[in-house]
Amino acid sequence: MSETISKEQAFDQKLANGQVIEPKDWMPERYRNQLIRMMSQHAHSEVVGMLPEGNWITRAPSLERKLVLLAKVQDEAGHALYIYSATETLGVDRKELIDQLHEGKAKYSSIFNYPTLTWADMGAIGWLVDGAAIVNQTALAKCSYGPYSRAMIRICKEENFHNKQGYQILARMMQGTEVQKKMAQDAVNRWWWPSLMMFGPTDKDSPNSADLMKWKVKLHSNDDLRQRFIDRTVPQADAIGIKIPDPELKYNEKTRHYEFGQINWDEFYSVIRGNGPCNHERMKARTKAHKDGKWVREAVEAYAAKHFN
Amino acid sequence: MATNNDTQLKLWEVFTQEKAGASFEHAGSLRASDNEMALLNARDVYARRNEAVNIWVVPSESITASTPEDQGPFFDPANDKAYRHPNFYKTPAGIKQI
Repeated sequence: MSETISKEQAFDQKLANGQVIEPKDWMPERYRNQLIRMMSQHAHSEVVGMLPEGNWITRAPSLERKLVLLAKVQDEAGHALYIYSATETLGVDRKELIDQLHEGKAKYSSIFNYPTLTWADMGAIGWLVDGAAIVNQTALAKCSYGPYSRAMIRICKEENFHNKQGYQILARMMQGTEVQKKMAQDAVNRWWWPSLMMFGPTDKDSPNSADLMKWKVKLHSNDDLRQRFIDRTVPQADAIGIKIPDPELKYNEKTRHYEFGQINWDEFYSVIRGNGPCNHERMKARTKAHKDGKWVREAVEAYAAKHFN
Repeated sequence: MATNNDTQLKLWEVFTQEKAGASFEHAGSLRASDNEMALLNARDVYARRNEAVNIWVVPSESITASTPEDQGPFFDPANDKAYRHPNFYKTPAGIKQI
């Protein structure tokens, strides 16, 4: 009799059949909580991710570059909104999530705790950081939670522009003067390894991976996605004369994958624990922006109360 | 701290029409204090790349939705009325088109 199967079994069966879970469907509490954790971290990353690039809007080398960078940073704000909204469908309030970020209780991608020292960093971020994000998000677009999957599809469409504009910045610089070439190479030297860390710890050290894969939130392991990113990125570097800062990097003809050197996981955990070059600065900028905007939110609510109720 | 009794503004659902004549589809949600701001934000968030020629915004609280538990009984009336579909009817042989 079909009534005798438990809610858990019905849920597992849905996942096994490749069905998508929607907000009002029954779901295990751990599924809900893991999604809230993962999605809010993702949304926070989009918000904090605006800061390193925002740093260069006023100093972009031309009006066109400035317009492009503005559009990109605006997209990131939109991405945060999509993902916060998707997270809210799990029954958590956005205010709660934002408080968690500001109180240091929630994480965001540790890549944004690195500084943007030169204009070439705008190229390296678009090419490498957004490139890594695309690999990650393309996989998440097929995840089992409907609102998250739909947000990812929307984001992936926009992320390709980010990736290409970054690559174009570096490609242009690599055709420039020796100083410009050096600057481009220096940016890649600094962003390459942190970009590889964006995929998270190696599979054996990833505490949440097993559950997330079982629930089809994650469809590929951290190491698989990292490999995918390296395989598609190295030829792009070769094409514009950028050197990947990894002496052990080499193509394996048999596996058809690049082999790469050891990632410095001590650095990864240290940045996550708050000891990256910019952790403090990022949170300070974020909380200040939030506080400075408070009067605006209050004013528009007062206006709405007066005119629309 | 100042963040605690803070507002995140009202939640709205956004529906967009991709081109004239097409159906409106749910595009996503956003926060805004009133309907004018909701419409402007919807344009900025969900139609930055010509994704829409028209937009509806609706306060999320105004939407009444069916629940997954309803799925059986609520939609039952549709299940036992095969005669509503054209393929329920057999056409006499030799008729090319009806």
